[in-house]
Amino acid sequence: MKILVCISKSPDTTSKISFSDQNTKFDESGVQYIVNPYDEWYALVRALEIKESVGGSVTIITVGTQADDPIIRKALAIGADNAVRVDAQPSDAFYTAKQLSEYAKENAYDLILLGKETINYNGSQVGGMMAQLLDMPFISVASKLEVNGDSLTLESEVPGGIEVYEVLTPCVVSCAKGMAEQRIPNMRGIMAARTKPLSVVSPVDCQNLTSVVSYELPNEKSECKMIDPDNMDQLVDLLHGEAKVI
Amino acid sequence: MILVYINTLNGIGKSSYEAVTYAKKMGDSVVVLTNGNEEESNLSSLGDYGAEKVMIHREITSFESGQICDLISKVAEQHGINTIVFSHDHVSKAVAPMLSTRLSAGLVPGAISLPDSNGHIDVNVFSGKAIAKVSINSDKKIISLLPNSIPLEKNETTCVVEDLSLDLCEAKIKLLSKKELEGDIPLPEAELVVSAGRGLKGPENWGMVEDLAKTMGAATACSRPVSDIGWRPHHEHVGQTGIAIRPNLYIAAGISGAIQHLAGVNGSKVIVVINTDPEAPFFKAADYGIIGDAFEVLPKLNESMKKFMAQNN
Ligand SMILES: Cc1cc2nc3c(=O)[nH]c(=O)nc-3n(C[C@H](O)[C@H](O)[C@H](O)COP(=O)(O)OP(=O)(O)OC[C@H]3O[C@@H](n4cnc5c(N)ncnc54)[C@H](O)[C@@H]3O)c2cc1C
Repeated sequence: MKILVCISKSPDTTSKISFSDQNTKFDESGVQYIVNPYDEWYALVRALEIKESVGGSVTIITVGTQADDPIIRKALAIGADNAVRVDAQPSDAFYTAKQLSEYAKENAYDLILLGKETINYNGSQVGGMMAQLLDMPFISVASKLEVNGDSLTLESEVPGGIEVYEVLTPCVVSCAKGMAEQRIPNMRGIMAARTKPLSVVSPVDCQNLTSVVSYELPNEKSECKMIDPDNMDQLVDLLHGEAKVI
Repeated sequence: MILVYINTLNGIGKSSYEAVTYAKKMGDSVVVLTNGNEEESNLSSLGDYGAEKVMIHREITSFESGQICDLISKVAEQHGINTIVFSHDHVSKAVAPMLSTRLSAGLVPGAISLPDSNGHIDVNVFSGKAIAKVSINSDKKIISLLPNSIPLEKNETTCVVEDLSLDLCEAKIKLLSKKELEGDIPLPEAELVVSAGRGLKGPENWGMVEDLAKTMGAATACSRPVSDIGWRPHHEHVGQTGIAIRPNLYIAAGISGAIQHLAGVNGSKVIVVINTDPEAPFFKAADYGIIGDAFEVLPKLNESMKKFMAQNN
């Protein structure tokens, strides 16, 4: 099975978020980038498990600049066979999906996997957009994926339960928790990653559909009011009378 | 005219009424589109919030993202609609981006505000650590509204329900089965949430969390390690890599308040933290704090809550 895994970079989860240029730009100074956890822990690892059980290949792709090569190497160290970087700054979800789809179209993948969202823009947009651009079915937020020949069985958590679906390849699947377990790259993987092929391709022309005008930080919390553990009646009174949430 | 698509396969949730309220507040007339078997009398309740018409396609009875996308785009085309509103749920996360591409309509996923005078819309980014103002560059626009972001507002309107027949593209996703989960209140929609972390020591101690939640009519949630070790189901995991919620009240017991946990819950209106460690970082994000043992505090809080409920209901 020929699998394409789309990965994105995202700031390390402990990063302090701040903005520059009058709150119009994410301030990258001091920010450590990681592979977006949903892409890495679930999409990439599940792709590797599928390859290990039925054979095939796992290619990773990202839209980014040379500065993003370290996260590509990290994904290669976890076990992907080769990597592609579309040499552009991803400016909105549609732009990104368009670049990824153009590459995917020319290389006939059986399965395209990505995380259910990134932890920086949390948009959940790219997978559905790719499915539409590639005219493939799209299963979103899947927590299980089994391969049986050219058909897939998938599970998705929906309100009130879990639904099990069947779909034929090729298709696009966005991956959530439950799909696989995080893998820590070992020394051999890290060494091998240095020489695995990374091809850089040029972007195609594409207009953004949306743009971010500015950012702001949420309001700071006021002082925390401490309550005596033996006086829960007081807490209930405050939640009712002062906070008005019950 | 604004078109609101809602998922009614699991009934009509509060977030559907919120989406209709939101569309109505944009100032234009509102029509609703859905699919499945929901009864006419329930569908017409959307009129309470301003919907003039509900169109239902009864042949799509499962979550078939391709067919739902086809349905919405055909209806939007027939009615010359430029603005489509969703509730940001599992259906919109699949369908809205497909539709955005098909209609060349910019999408704002997880909106938390109405468009301002410049048409800019607020969304949470960096998993709740910041807010971005987004502008849509295209004439056609799609907005997917985050649950619990705007208060419901009644707007009694006579609402007609119309069955739609429309030829749609072929179904490609087959629903094989459905496992019902013991889900009381869907977490993203819950107004009250009781959550607990590793401080509870083991899954056998969750009774006191569930008891309090039951008394209050709250949903239950947990920190990531708790769902990772299997003490609680994955769908309860909140935080940066779980789900992000914004209830009116979030009660956290035995959770340290790591930055990744806070990211998913700091949109909550009021936060109560119960922790034995006065230095726990969560207190910095809390409105009310209790330094104490969850094993003693939770049952006491439950008793006080019961008293309150008995007096007020
Ligand atoms: C990439 C990444 C993503 C992550 N994403 C998430 C996420 O989405 N959500 C998330 O929750 N975490 C996430 N984490 C993990 C996060 O960093 C913390 O490790 C986690 O939130 C800690 O869970 P906890 O508070 O339950 O446990 P602990 O940190 O072990 O805290 C337990 C707390 O309970 C208190 N306690 C102990 N006994 C009692 C008692 N009897 N009564 C009251 N209090 C008591 C302790 O003082 C302590 O504060 C992520 C981490 C990484 C690296």
